[in-house]
Amino acid sequence: MHTLLESIRSALMSIRAHGFRSFLTTLGIVIGVASVITVVSVIQGLSYSINKQFESLGSNSLSISSYLPFEERLKGKIARITERDLNDINYRVENIESLTPVLFAQGNRSSSVQYGSQTAFAQVQGTTYSYQNVSQIFAKHGRFLSLEDNKTRRKVVVIGEEVRKDLNLKPNPVGEYIQVGGEWFKVIGLAEKKGELLGLKQDNFVLMPFSTMEGLIGNQVRPDIFIQLTVTGPEVLESVQQQIERILRRNHKLRYGEENDFKIQTAEQLTKTISQVIDTLTLVLGGIVSISLLVGGIGIMNIMLVSVTERTREIGICKAIGAKRHHILIQFLIEAVTLSLFGGVIGVAIGYGLGALASSYIPNFPPATVPLWAIGVAFGFSAMVGIVFGILPAAKAANLKPIDALRYE
Amino acid sequence: MALIELTDISKHYQMGDQLVKALDKVSLSIERNEYIAFVGASGSGKSTMMNILGCLDTPTSGTFRLNEKNVQDMNESQLADIRNQEIGFIFQSFNLLPRASALANVMHPLIYRGISLKQRKVLATEALERVNLAERMDHLPNQLSGGQRQRVAIARALVTTPSILLADEPTGNLDSQTTVDIMKLFDMLHQEGHTIVMVTHEDEIANHCHRIVRLQDGGIIEDKLNAHAA
Repeated sequence: MHTLLESIRSALMSIRAHGFRSFLTTLGIVIGVASVITVVSVIQGLSYSINKQFESLGSNSLSISSYLPFEERLKGKIARITERDLNDINYRVENIESLTPVLFAQGNRSSSVQYGSQTAFAQVQGTTYSYQNVSQIFAKHGRFLSLEDNKTRRKVVVIGEEVRKDLNLKPNPVGEYIQVGGEWFKVIGLAEKKGELLGLKQDNFVLMPFSTMEGLIGNQVRPDIFIQLTVTGPEVLESVQQQIERILRRNHKLRYGEENDFKIQTAEQLTKTISQVIDTLTLVLGGIVSISLLVGGIGIMNIMLVSVTERTREIGICKAIGAKRHHILIQFLIEAVTLSLFGGVIGVAIGYGLGALASSYIPNFPPATVPLWAIGVAFGFSAMVGIVFGILPAAKAANLKPIDALRYE
Repeated sequence: MALIELTDISKHYQMGDQLVKALDKVSLSIERNEYIAFVGASGSGKSTMMNILGCLDTPTSGTFRLNEKNVQDMNESQLADIRNQEIGFIFQSFNLLPRASALANVMHPLIYRGISLKQRKVLATEALERVNLAERMDHLPNQLSGGQRQRVAIARALVTTPSILLADEPTGNLDSQTTVDIMKLFDMLHQEGHTIVMVTHEDEIANHCHRIVRLQDGGIIEDKLNAHAA
């Protein structure tokens, strides 16, 4: 016990004796740990906020979209959710609370929108009033799409802030007319600004009634509809899912054994998929930046080897007056671990700061969250680096023959 | 029973294809409270003798009994214990830890005995008082003169109350006045009952001792009592 305390004291002393050298050595670990923490904290913050967004969809919601594996697409097959599918689901499936179809203009590409001499590109979507709850888009000026708009195929649009700016519309554009796909539409609402998510503009949309969109697309293209629906309660989720699957399989004339050409996902499943992606991302990026920790560890090993050589005579003296192998081993090991743990502490602090800084500088980016496990891993890792890279120099010191070490000049 | 009993001790090295016999079948015994000097030219084997007596090196063959313990069969860890408990080293170049104060240097061997910090301080202060260095115990070695450094080294050797004090050319790096002081200290320690073994090539130093063993080519050529001991 006393020897251990003494080893720690002596390790601290010798680290202090070579202040600048120790600092430089530690820097490798500091940089390694800081980058791991930064990356993990930023990604975890992102994942947290994405999960929150999906939670707002509620556990009673389902989304239906066409889906074909890449191989099938290569064979020339096309999958879509048609208007017939939409109607069948709407009228035949029980326990649906609300249903929101979304129709993208021409395969989800942006379309040109005009106002006067200004032209802008926007995501043009046809949907219904319930889309408001799904997408959390609220009107800043004017109103959102109504049931009536859809019934009477009104040529009205709700636009996003980005589109307003691109078209040089005045701050309150309600009542202005813009051109979409060659037709005139009245602007009835301007949505609140949402900002960017991962560099994707979220305010670059033009929303029009679903039925109007259908009319606009006409018969040239058969639409592929994305459907978002909520059910009356979580207990009916499964039966609704089964009913929809049955209808779609029949409508799409899928034979027994053929795979679905659509996907029915609950909000939970979506969250899970995204979490998986984020976890993989964390692992890959974390792995890449961990390499710098490895480099830091090698730096520690290098300086410890120098230290052992420098102090060969001291080691000889200690052995002559009674130090055993483990005394010397522990002393050098503690020195290496102390160096790397210092690096770990400073690295966690810097990493946390950098993560917070990064997320505060990216607009609309969620605040960085440093999970406890990341701190634990960083400390554990730096201690391990200390042990792994300290053991070789320490063993070299411990194995010195007292007589050789004493004679060392 | 003698304190030290060497029987047929040999130490051979292989240097290239030449076998060097640093010590060849040396037998010797040293009693408690002896004041003995090993003298000889360089290469005579006196350093090897020192290393073997100090348990820093193991003999190639022969038996070495120290304080009724068979040292030649011991492993490294047991030898470390012997060095810690039975032997007090005093080196020509002092061999103090450069970054530790005089007090910390003297306390150091006690660490390996697991003695508490408080107790270590008490014992080390006592040892430094015995060598008249109590007022300089917070100084680092490089703030001390050669003679003072050697006193610290002697205090470090004394603090463990070893059975023998082993001094390797203890005055080799000191000026003549300091040499006299240090030798007086050794004389005093001998009178207090310590067993002192010294290695030197200076007859003047050897003359302080009561027994002089002369080595040459790895063997003892003379072993005499010194009637003129100062």
